[in-house]
Amino acid sequence: MAAIEILDLEKSYLVGFWRKRPKLALRPLRLTIEQGEVFGFLGPNGAGKTTTLKLLMGLVYPTAGTARILGMAMDDAAVKTQIGFLPEQPYFYDHLTARELLNYYGQLSGIPAKGRAVRVEQMLARVGLNDSAGMPLRKFSKGMLQRVGLAQAILHDPKLVFLDEPMSGLDPMGRREVRDLIQQLRSEGKTVFFSTHILSDAEALCDRVGVIHQGELRGVGAVAELTSEKRGKIEIVFYAQRVPASLTSLGAEARVSGDMVNAVLPEEQQDAAIDILRRERLRLISLTPVRSSLEEYYIQKLRPTEDTTTQLPGGQVRKEENRKGVGV
Amino acid sequence: MNSRVGYVAFNTFREAVRDRVLYNLIAFVLLLSGAAILVGEVSIDIERLVVVNLGLTAVSLFGVVIAILIGIGLVSKEIDKRTLYTVLSRPVRRWEFVVGKFFGLTGTLVVNTFFMALGVLLALLYVAHKFEKMDAWVLVALYFIVLQFLIVCALALFFSSFSTPLMSAVFTFALFVIGSLSDDLRGFARITHGTAGGLATAIAYLVPNFSALNVINQVAHGDAVPGRLILYNTIYGLLYSAMAISGAVLIFQRRDLK
Amino acid sequence: MNLVATAVLFLSLAGAMATLYAMDHERWNSAAQESLYLRSPKVLRRLSLGYTGLLADIYWTRAVQYFGEQHHANSGDFRLLAPLLEVTTELDPKLLPAYQFGANFLAPKPPSGAGLPGAALELMLYGVAHNPDQWRLYYNLGFLYYIEFKDYAKAAEAFRQGAALPVTNEFMPILAARMAQHAGEFDTARMLWMTTYQSIKEPRIRENAVEHLLALQVDEEVTQLEHVVAKYREQFGRLPGSMSDLEHAGFIRGMPADPKGHPYQLMADGRIEVADPKDLYFITKGLPPGTAPPQPPIEPPATTDSK
Repeated sequence: MAAIEILDLEKSYLVGFWRKRPKLALRPLRLTIEQGEVFGFLGPNGAGKTTTLKLLMGLVYPTAGTARILGMAMDDAAVKTQIGFLPEQPYFYDHLTARELLNYYGQLSGIPAKGRAVRVEQMLARVGLNDSAGMPLRKFSKGMLQRVGLAQAILHDPKLVFLDEPMSGLDPMGRREVRDLIQQLRSEGKTVFFSTHILSDAEALCDRVGVIHQGELRGVGAVAELTSEKRGKIEIVFYAQRVPASLTSLGAEARVSGDMVNAVLPEEQQDAAIDILRRERLRLISLTPVRSSLEEYYIQKLRPTEDTTTQLPGGQVRKEENRKGVGV
Repeated sequence: MNSRVGYVAFNTFREAVRDRVLYNLIAFVLLLSGAAILVGEVSIDIERLVVVNLGLTAVSLFGVVIAILIGIGLVSKEIDKRTLYTVLSRPVRRWEFVVGKFFGLTGTLVVNTFFMALGVLLALLYVAHKFEKMDAWVLVALYFIVLQFLIVCALALFFSSFSTPLMSAVFTFALFVIGSLSDDLRGFARITHGTAGGLATAIAYLVPNFSALNVINQVAHGDAVPGRLILYNTIYGLLYSAMAISGAVLIFQRRDLK
Repeated sequence: MNLVATAVLFLSLAGAMATLYAMDHERWNSAAQESLYLRSPKVLRRLSLGYTGLLADIYWTRAVQYFGEQHHANSGDFRLLAPLLEVTTELDPKLLPAYQFGANFLAPKPPSGAGLPGAALELMLYGVAHNPDQWRLYYNLGFLYYIEFKDYAKAAEAFRQGAALPVTNEFMPILAARMAQHAGEFDTARMLWMTTYQSIKEPRIRENAVEHLLALQVDEEVTQLEHVVAKYREQFGRLPGSMSDLEHAGFIRGMPADPKGHPYQLMADGRIEVADPKDLYFITKGLPPGTAPPQPPIEPPATTDSK
């Protein structure tokens, strides 16, 4: 049984002050998420990620289409016992403490009174909020609120967890912790569906990703496949003040930056390139095969036209940074 | 199923009680009760009159203010600020949420009224030195005030189900003012004819009838409140609240949350 | 900066208080006052949103204060008293003290009252119509007919109606009877003022009653003394030269003095006069010819310190 089956789910709004026009927030979406996988929903702001989540949560009603969650119709109340949701930039009750909030949510989720207090403490410990558990929520920082949000999403041990921009507002330490948490959830066999616009997180955590833009699903793919494709190129980095002409004639695209040169050329030219360096007595720093990145897939999918040849976006953007690096 | 309504109600009550607004307003009423004692001394023979009039009017008016502030704060704000997302992602049905909020709100107001009424009764004891039989009617007036709060809370919830916090407060307050004039409205409707008359009648009967719930001056003079009025008001209060809450449930059920 | 801010705070506080104090002493002229008060009871009733009792109490306290202030200023101008009482009783027809006040202070002429017996009568009739079980209101009505309108028949009717109530005052039936028979007599009037004094707690009204009782005593004594002078003249064929003549003739014992202790004066033309008219209010006898009955002087408003 699939975790989530989205069947032509569609949402349009009427916008405008006087004459309302329909605006399509989500074109008919068809997507299946399997149990046990971590799925990343990628897209720029306003693409329709949050709309999709709200539709699945029943916070907003679809104009057409439907979805099945864990085999049940999406408006079935029983579904809610099996899923957890962390909205973007969550906001809670000002005057409750974290402990009280979790206890209240536990009540609403139907956790029996007997084990509830214990479970709440466990969750607080898991997200690292034991010390602040007695503080009123209005005093919580954004990062702490995010943790409370995570805690309430997994409190009732749901099979399926939905997270909307779970890393937003977190410092690097916090983001690391969230990543670890998601990986833990995965190892527990849970399904995680999260939306983000930070590609490095998606690359690190997800089994599969889907790219959505302007309300339309542009593509779905397994991360492993999307990033493994060798594209028959190599990248050489060496110390030099300028690009040797012989290298350029091999068909290299090169760039100078400070006292280093970064050149990309076809795989076959690898030996020829090394020869040039030896001849010119230039010091080699690294030689690595070029892997396509998730970013390229993403940007490609975002383009209005279908373009199958993947191209490096000029190369300038990534030069200083780690390939698997820190996101936007 | 109903245990969730209870949980929502209790949580609403807890949020309300911790909101400092409540305490300030209760303190104000207590202050006014004290002031009533002083004002009563301007002219003798009317201390009791002034204490009951001023005290109960304060309870009534400030209670309405509290009902609106807290009602809007707890519901409209919750919808506005998306606190609701995490609540509704749980097996809580939308109607359970609305009804639970209503009970939590009214529970808060009843407790509130209790403390404010205590202030008034103590002031009354002070000027009259003992309670008399006619003071029992003051309790009836308080009961009517509670019914009034029920209706105001229901209205606040109704407007919150589709309107912003500010507009909900404005609409609810406007209906409170109009409802206090409902006797005049119905009188006016009776003497107008034609379509204007029809419209006036419709409006006059739709607005909540707060005039019938105000027996403050009567009990200030120690006059009895007829049993039939108590019965009618109770039924009316419950029915009108039910109507507004049902409206809230229906609207809220269909609404896309932003 | 903090020092400057604190200084400004206190200085402006003091200044504001001082300005307010100054304003208080300037504000109270009729024109300003009238614009402050809403006249129409119906509009007020609407505005009160049903909280008529409280509004009535507020207007009632305004009425009492207004009267006190006008009295204190000795302005003789009570033009707002009637509208204020009208508004008060329209908002709360059961506010009994308002009717008492109206009965005692609307009818008499300035400076002790507003000089509007007609308005007072209207108020009393309104009161009786809305509170048919309150003997005091019938009492006020009868009182008004007797004192201001000298309409003894209507006064008798009012006292009779009051006497017929289940809860009433013991004097009512007697007053009713007296109206019918002995309307113009001192005892009747005395009984009326006595009833007022005994049954009402409002201090102003009581003082007023006491003054009237004293005046009655003076009127009675002056009448008796003048009667004695006439008898002397009858007997001796001439007017007595002084009080001692009357005493020696055995018509009086000792030197008669008014309730305030001043001896009565025998005038050359046989009339009796009081020594100090200004000290005895409301008297109609014993005055030099052509003088009006003296009125009580300026009194400070004695409102809050009496019970």
